[in-house]
Amino acid sequence: MIAEAGLAALWLGAALCALQLIVATLGVRGEVQLAATVRPVAIGQAALTVFAFGMLIWLFVRVDLSVLLVAENDHSEKPLLYRFAATWGNHEGSMLMWVTILGLAGAAIALFERRLAERTLTATLGGQAAIALGFYAFLLFASNPFARISPAPAEGQGLNPLLQDPGLAFHPPTLYLGYVGLSVAFSFAIGALVTRDVGPAFARAMRPWVLAAWIFLTLGITAGSYWAYYELGWGGWWFWDPVENASLMPWLAATALLHSVTVLATRDGLRAWTVMLAVVAFSMSMIGTFLVRSGILTSVHAFAVDPRRGTFLLALLFLYIGGALALFGARIGTVREGARFNLVSREGALVANNLLLSAVLGIVLVGTLYPLIVEAVTGTKLSVGPPYFNAAAGPLALILVALIGVGPLLRWRRDALMPLLRRVAPAAVLAAVVLVGVKFAAPRMHILPLLGLALAIGAALASVAPLWRRNLLRTPLFVWGMVVAHFGIAVSLAGIACDSSFTVEKLVAARVGETVQVGPYQVHFAGLAPTFGANWQALEATLEARRGAGDALVLKPQARAYWSPPTETSESAIHTALDGQLYTVLGKAAGEGRWQLRLWWKPFVTLIWAGGGLIALGGALALLGRVRRGRRRPQEDWS
Amino acid sequence: MSNLIRWAPLAVFIALASALTYGLAKPARTNITSKMVGAAVPSFKLAPATSGLPGLSSADLAKGQPHLVNFFASWCGPCIAEAPQLKVLAEAGVPIVGIAVRDRPQTVAAFLARHGNPFRAIGADNASQLQMAMGSSGVPESFVIDGTGTIRLQTIGPINPQDVAGIIAAVRDAR
Repeated sequence: MIAEAGLAALWLGAALCALQLIVATLGVRGEVQLAATVRPVAIGQAALTVFAFGMLIWLFVRVDLSVLLVAENDHSEKPLLYRFAATWGNHEGSMLMWVTILGLAGAAIALFERRLAERTLTATLGGQAAIALGFYAFLLFASNPFARISPAPAEGQGLNPLLQDPGLAFHPPTLYLGYVGLSVAFSFAIGALVTRDVGPAFARAMRPWVLAAWIFLTLGITAGSYWAYYELGWGGWWFWDPVENASLMPWLAATALLHSVTVLATRDGLRAWTVMLAVVAFSMSMIGTFLVRSGILTSVHAFAVDPRRGTFLLALLFLYIGGALALFGARIGTVREGARFNLVSREGALVANNLLLSAVLGIVLVGTLYPLIVEAVTGTKLSVGPPYFNAAAGPLALILVALIGVGPLLRWRRDALMPLLRRVAPAAVLAAVVLVGVKFAAPRMHILPLLGLALAIGAALASVAPLWRRNLLRTPLFVWGMVVAHFGIAVSLAGIACDSSFTVEKLVAARVGETVQVGPYQVHFAGLAPTFGANWQALEATLEARRGAGDALVLKPQARAYWSPPTETSESAIHTALDGQLYTVLGKAAGEGRWQLRLWWKPFVTLIWAGGGLIALGGALALLGRVRRGRRRPQEDWS
Repeated sequence: MSNLIRWAPLAVFIALASALTYGLAKPARTNITSKMVGAAVPSFKLAPATSGLPGLSSADLAKGQPHLVNFFASWCGPCIAEAPQLKVLAEAGVPIVGIAVRDRPQTVAAFLARHGNPFRAIGADNASQLQMAMGSSGVPESFVIDGTGTIRLQTIGPINPQDVAGIIAAVRDAR
């Protein structure tokens, strides 16, 4: 009965969603009485999706094998956390989660949004319903998560062992909150285009939603990067894999949107551009979902390969993005041009930021889709690897970081060049000193990481400069947020530069008893023994690592074999020190009693994710500041 | 001019979506060509995986007769699905040898008793070392090896009924 209850709730939710769309449409056309029912309908719809999703979780936790999806992805021997996470570790479950979060986002708008004009809000909730309706149809007609199987199998098939990891259990929900959060910005843009109400009030209403989505995207990408780093055992933190790019592209668009929406909110500039970015950001979320879910791209972690579903998603993509862009083309002409500003001004810097972010987005999009298009046209399979992305996006990213140092020190509307140079000078001098110093200490360092390190340190100093001579206690939270987020970018960049330049890698075939030197560590191969877990067996190496005369630390990397489904994984063992990480992987047998060991010393690599955390924290501070200020007074003057 | 710019995003999107549609409409190529095809079988010597059948070494595969080498395990569900096809191949005269991956003698014997025994010899690959050396990443997987010990074909996943004829032909060609 649980599955049937879930399915019934899903159908009811779809019906309410259709009602929401109809009522909103009539409401925008002037039926004021009907428009008042939009909010409760949106809340009811969210409650039903949450109920359906809860039923699916329940089925997974109790391993109800009479449900096809559970039988395919669950296993009674699996630890509770992964039975829980298996709910969304598959296609149908993750699409249900997508719809649930869409519903929750709509309910949140209905409950909390007080700043938007009532008619625009009605149109926005209509937009949200239109998006959700397509995904309801996708679930109910192409990916029913509650389908039964008869006869029920005796045991389930388990979950991809790569996904049996606490990090990944919570990675998809985080990312989805980000993706779907951008749907709110999209619906806002649709609402504003429908009612021709694009202005500072609209921007101020949209900004917290963009911020919230952006925070979750940042967290999701950071967590995903760390997961790939320790779980795949390759010692890398970013692979320009299509699935990674699928999450990076909406982040880039959302970052640009976050900055342009500030210009619109504060100075009433960049009207059309901001609306465009809101459409693009959610389009990138949808394209990402489409790429991962359709099986059109083969990747290390693209699952649910199914062209029929791909066709369905493609149709939704056409409908929503195409529809939104058509609406944009038809309506944007009637939106009055925003305020003008000088080139040397805060707005100017933000425009430069937007252009650079858009260029990077274009580069990533082209690199991700180029192989697809070439294959479609010529039939040749090719892949675009890190060399392209690094060479094309790297320099632009560095200019962006330099801009972080300059932008916040500029005044709104107009500024003069000379005083600006004086304000930026300390950071620029520091960067130059670091550049020369590092070049001297490590003459063979490549140019991009070298520039990156110098820029990172300069930008770190410049990013805290807006706090200079300010009463720190009375500094608004959103200024703190900006400072922390920009500082986080500098921290991440420093980590990236250090990792790419100073990493020491040792690949050895070692016998038990041998000792290998890697970076500052002496790693002694002390033993090798079989070991077992709940649903896997493994060979486990015991490595004793010594640094100088200190005590040995013990690292135990494993080569694991899962039996349901049969998969082999290597579990790296990592020791984190203040100045970096020792990363160890047990590889294959190399014959004659030797085993491949892969050892890395990665100085300051943790800064990459610490920076990601700071960026998200900065976003959270800004969000808190905006929400509080929004409550206190509707107008703001931030100069 | 500004009219053109307004509609440019839509035009770009339509071009992109058309390319994606075209890519989606074309049937995907699913056959994987392994790098190991054309290479010699790595040198190995494995103890018998169960009593009653001999073990296996690379020398056994280079005695002039082609073989089908089947990586399997008693704990592997798809291997059960594959068993009837192996039986058909054995009855058609294909010499099949097995590699039992991370398995125990008793469970291998029970597996053969339950699902049939198409094998002439089974080596025990207790730590998946040979499996990894052969470029194989899971069970079941099968290799057609010619009489000189060179890999001629690799099939990943269970052998389905529609694959049987192709494998018989590949073994015949490897003679």
